[in-house]
Amino acid sequence: MQEIYKKIRNHPDFLNLVKTRKRISWLLTTIIIFCYFAFIIIIAFAPNIFSQKIFSDSVITLGIIIGLLIILLSILLTGVYVYIANKKLDEINNKVIKKITAN
Amino acid sequence: MNFSLLSILFILTSFGVYANDSQPVNPSEINITAVVMFIIFISITLGITYWAAKKTRSASDFYTAGGSISGFQNGLAIAGDYMSAASFLGISGLVFASGFDGLIYSIGFLVGWPVILFLLAERLRNLGKYTFTDAVSFRLQAMPIRSLAACGTLAVVILYLIAQMVGAGKLIQILFGLPYSVAVLIVGLLMICYVTFGGMLATTWVQTIKAILLLFGATFLALAVLNQFEFSFNALFTEAISNHRLGEAIMSPGGLISDPVSAISLGLALMFGTAGLPHILMRFFTVKDAKQARSSVFFATSFIGYFYILTFVIGFGAIVMLTNNPAFLDGVGNILGGNNMAAVHLSKAVGGDVFLGFISAVAFATILAVVSGLTLAGASAISHDLYASLFCHGKAQEKREVMVSRISTIMLGVVAILLGITFEKQNVAYMVGLAFAIAASVNFPILFFSMYWSRLTTRGAFIGGAAGLLTAILCVLFGPIVWVDILGNTKAIFPYKYPALFSMSIAFVTIIIISYLDKSPRAKEEMVAFDDQFVRAQTGLGAEGVVIH
Repeated sequence: MQEIYKKIRNHPDFLNLVKTRKRISWLLTTIIIFCYFAFIIIIAFAPNIFSQKIFSDSVITLGIIIGLLIILLSILLTGVYVYIANKKLDEINNKVIKKITAN
Repeated sequence: MNFSLLSILFILTSFGVYANDSQPVNPSEINITAVVMFIIFISITLGITYWAAKKTRSASDFYTAGGSISGFQNGLAIAGDYMSAASFLGISGLVFASGFDGLIYSIGFLVGWPVILFLLAERLRNLGKYTFTDAVSFRLQAMPIRSLAACGTLAVVILYLIAQMVGAGKLIQILFGLPYSVAVLIVGLLMICYVTFGGMLATTWVQTIKAILLLFGATFLALAVLNQFEFSFNALFTEAISNHRLGEAIMSPGGLISDPVSAISLGLALMFGTAGLPHILMRFFTVKDAKQARSSVFFATSFIGYFYILTFVIGFGAIVMLTNNPAFLDGVGNILGGNNMAAVHLSKAVGGDVFLGFISAVAFATILAVVSGLTLAGASAISHDLYASLFCHGKAQEKREVMVSRISTIMLGVVAILLGITFEKQNVAYMVGLAFAIAASVNFPILFFSMYWSRLTTRGAFIGGAAGLLTAILCVLFGPIVWVDILGNTKAIFPYKYPALFSMSIAFVTIIIISYLDKSPRAKEEMVAFDDQFVRAQTGLGAEGVVIH
């Protein structure tokens, strides 16, 4: 197995896989961490922002909407990652493995 | 049928002799539907355990159900493992008491999931075998790393177990009218039964069934509430504001998080603690490959997110339907049994005794599912990380390893029962917080660095992880909750309730510094070994139980 690992390590297709996966996973991680900590920091420093009402004839506040959006965003982003990984990353991965183990 | 007779029968069948125990039980408190539903749940799960026991032979069966669980079912089981009674009753109770603030907790408990998926799940599945420690010790020295990770695991498991046990005892006391210690005993014995005989397969099914019941029950509760307002959220909120003593303040951030340090510290603990919970990480080895691991997180996140939205509606529904209803209030206008009972009372208000019985049984099932997962993770740390890998240097006979894990399960169960009874009158709320802080400051950093940083050495991981563990424990011990509220001192030595910001920083910084300073030959080998580990983590080549075509 170590022989195979060695062959794969510097293979351009493998490097391409690593680069693509890295870009996607860190981009999505940054988005969720940023949104969550922005939410927490607003609550700590400027809770009044979240007390604003979104429509004049409704009691629903911005905070509740943002909170629900973060829940939906978490689900959406995991869905996006799984979709990309199944469609794209796995394809590259299988190609790399096939190429290396074939010869 | 006579209610009290049935309950005594129930206790007798569980324990043989408990007939003389004088119970301060109000017969009206015993709900026949609850008891019947619960007996049905126990019968089904014990039946499954019997079936699973016949299939559980090898170590891989015991720890990971042989890697045979589908991504969808694993997602449900993860949700069942994670949605504890604390999140169902506690968060809806928090929403009932202070509105918006409940949402802050729900979101914190949810946002760790995407992070687990993006950074950990696939690599963990590709590198590990039974526990997350396998992945960490892939290229690091087994002895120190496994001992540290086992300490981290056991600390998290035991703290979490105590909190669950005490919660379970109190909840069952109220719901079923059973004495506290009997309730703790029932939970402990059932959990020992599931895990010892049925291993991961039985545990997974208990969690799956519980997740379905809980999602179904919570959906029904939320729909019943919304139905009263013709599905207008605005009408529900308006009515809640006019009923609640805090008025419009329930729609905005309140006093839960007042200073920025606590806010960020709590946020870190919730987000990264989830990514370091051993019983959760273990679930990624129950699926076939990285692809299934990935999809389990998607399903789990969807179920958990949906569930938290429901708890928010349920909490507001409780404000509307319970606040001015004398049937659910004590003499001074507080809700019977405390805020955590809001969801339970609401179930009676919308669905009568039958639905109250259903929700009570679901709450009981919820506790069982969570403690079973915890106990299995703790037993694996003892048998796989300590016994097989350290004591036998990886050469343990498989049969003996499985036997050790079964014995560890029984021991952990007994410890949980005893501690549950010991801590009956104590404030245990800080224990879940401490468990998350330890998970975020020990398990998460060593797991994260081992996968992402080639320069990590054994020495760095061990000293850094130990520093994180120690800091988390000391900060809680000298913090406002334990030092002031429980031990009765006047002023806290460590001023913040949540230690994660400090303990995580100390763990990360120490790991980096010590690893850089480590010039031993062993350290060089570990850095070289990162290359092979990296290829396996990325491609899944050579991963446990994965066949490459």
